[in-house]
Order: sequence, then structure tokens, then C-alpha cells
Amino acid sequence: MRTSSRTPDRALLRDAAAIAAATVAVGASFGAIAIAYGLPTWVPFVMSTAVFAGGSQFLAVGLLAAGNPLAAVLAGLLLNARHLPFGLAVAGTIGARWRDRLVGSHLMTDEVVAFTLREQDPARRRRTYWLIGATLFISWNAGTALGVLLGGTGDPAALGLDAAFPAGLIALILPSLRDRATCAVALSGAAVAVLLTPVLPAGLPVLCALVGLVALFRPRRRAPDDGGPGHRGGPGPEVGSGHKGGPGPEGGPGPEGGSAQEGGPGPDGGSGHKGGGPVHEGGPGQEGGPRKEEVPC
Amino acid sequence: MLIASIVVLAVGTYVMRLSGVLLRDRLELSDRLQRLLPMAAATLLAALAGTAALIEGSGFAGVARPAGVAVGALLAWRRAPFVVVVLAAALTAALLRLAGIA
Repeated sequence: MRTSSRTPDRALLRDAAAIAAATVAVGASFGAIAIAYGLPTWVPFVMSTAVFAGGSQFLAVGLLAAGNPLAAVLAGLLLNARHLPFGLAVAGTIGARWRDRLVGSHLMTDEVVAFTLREQDPARRRRTYWLIGATLFISWNAGTALGVLLGGTGDPAALGLDAAFPAGLIALILPSLRDRATCAVALSGAAVAVLLTPVLPAGLPVLCALVGLVALFRPRRRAPDDGGPGHRGGPGPEVGSGHKGGPGPEGGPGPEGGSAQEGGPGPDGGSGHKGGGPVHEGGPGQEGGPRKEEVPC
Repeated sequence: MLIASIVVLAVGTYVMRLSGVLLRDRLELSDRLQRLLPMAAATLLAALAGTAALIEGSGFAGVARPAGVAVGALLAWRRAPFVVVVLAAALTAALLRLAGIA
């Protein structure tokens, strides 16, 4: 990342190659799983081309194979609803031409948005969006084909790919987290999502992460109403505080993070969830000073 | 039924992708709200990373995956290149599993 500003294209291509390799492997496992479920061969191909959203594809083939197509559609759409706010965020990057919008929208994935957010310069951001988007589309479909052809090739978990993707996302959003307000909202949102995941259907917890933004955006004059829940405060830190309520209990999931998460990388808070633990736990007093030291942002 | 559900999922997903992009022009967003858009994207991504790192199904994802993600996050924080972050995370999780730690 640091190097990316110096030697832009080579660094970007190298990053694209890394994400492409991981995507091929996960795509292969998707293809293999779809076939193993006994679904027709065309299913994984059509899904990878036309849906092009990994998480929802895995979810949907499982439900389709279980003979529950309605659930597959609803769960998949719920999981993909986050693309609407993603679209709002990257609209300016995709371009104004209709062709670009129509094609560019289809290439929109979590990773593309994350790569794009990392860039500051509009021209670079645009190039990044299209390069990463096209790379992922090709590698995801190539991987799917590989998985269908070769069958049960490997388990992505054995390769540690389930850890690679969240780590990659964290690396990509870290620069955005340097902004303190973003950091506070993102960390609280991540904590909220983690807490809600066991109790809500897939897709909703991640959307619930956005409640932090609502708190940030609420017009100030409404202060009295919000006062109750304790959202109000100053513009910046209040966000954190608003959510504290939620994640506060985070001590709860703390255990989970407790093992590996918090301990070592805790300070890197940047990571979002991780930091989530220590940061939010602070509960009181964490607003101003303390957070500064704990979190890089 | 199979083809219909896949088509609906594909079209619905595409509509959500496209509508965000198209809405951006129609909406008169204040500067303040505009500033929130990248923040919203970062928050969603942080939430995705957090849930993907810690949770599998509706339970805790075990030790190997969070440990791998933690190693990757630490490296990212230390400004290691993206490739190193991704490889280190995968390698850590894979080696832990190889060692019998799930």
C-alpha cells in the first residue's frame, strides 16, 4: 500500500494477482460444491456469471440443493442488499456513461469496493475499480469452471482461504480507518454485526452495522430525543458512544476475540472487529483520550 | 423452478447494484451526507470482515481462522504489502489446522 503510491501500476497488478489467485481457489470450491450437491452442471456457471457474488452463491446452492428455492432467492438477495449502499459510494468512480454504469455495476463486489476506497486520486480509483472488477470476474468464473471440471478439489479452509479474505478486506480498509470518525463508526458497526450474526439471518447483521452512521448523521437539533439512548454528544466521538451501548456487552463476544483476536493484534484495532473488543469495552472514558492510544485511527 | 430462482437472484442482485449507482445522481445529497458514503462502505466492509473472521454459521469460527486474520491484520497495520497480508493470514490458518488446531 505504501508502495502503491510510488510504483502505482506494478503494485496494483501484484495485488490484483494475489486476490485473483485466492478467488480462483474459492471459485473452484464453489464449482465443486455445486456439483457435489447434485445440481446440474450449468448452475454454477450461470450463477458465477450472472449473480457474481460469492457469499450469496454459496448460500443459494446450499438452499437450492435442499429443495428450497424461495429461501435461496430471499437469503441471497438479503445478503446482496449491501450492494446498494456500495453503489452509492462508488457511483462517481464507475463513470457517467451508461455503458460504464451498466457493466461496472455488475462488477461491483466487496473486494472491488475495498480496493477502490483505498485510492485517493479519482483517476487511479477508476482504473482500480475496473482492473480489480474485471480481474475478479474472470478469476471467479475461471475458478468455478475449474471446480466443476476437476470436482472436489480441496477445501478452501485447508488452504486458509477463509482467513485470507477477511484479512485482505482489513488491509484494504485500514487507510479509510485513519479518519477517526470513520474508524469509530466502522469499529462499532463491525461489533454490532458480529453480535447480531448468531441471531439474525445472513445479510442483516452487516446492514445493521450502518446504524452507527445514522447516529452520526442525525441533525443536531434532535439532540433531546436521542439524548435518551445516549447517542448525542459531539459529532465525532458520539458515534462511538452511541454504539457503545450495543457493543458494550461486547465483552460478550470478547471471548471469541479473546483467544486470538484481542491478544496480539488487539492494538491494531484497525482490523475492526478485533479492535472492536478493546475499544468498545472501554465503554466509559474511551471517548477521547484512551481510544487514541489503542486505535491507530 | 431452479432456473427461475437463479434468474431472480441474478436480476435482483444486479438491480441492487445498479440502483445504488443510478440513485447517486438523482439524490440531492448534502456535503455531509456525501462524506458519509465512503464511510458507509468502509463500515459495511469492516462488518463483513469482522463477521467473516469470527463467525461460521451462527457460532464461533474456531481458532485457526481468527488467528490467521489477526496475523494478517497485524501485518496490515504494520503496512505490509497486501500480498503479504493475504498470504500470511492464509498460511497461519492453514498451518494451525495442519497442526490439528481448528
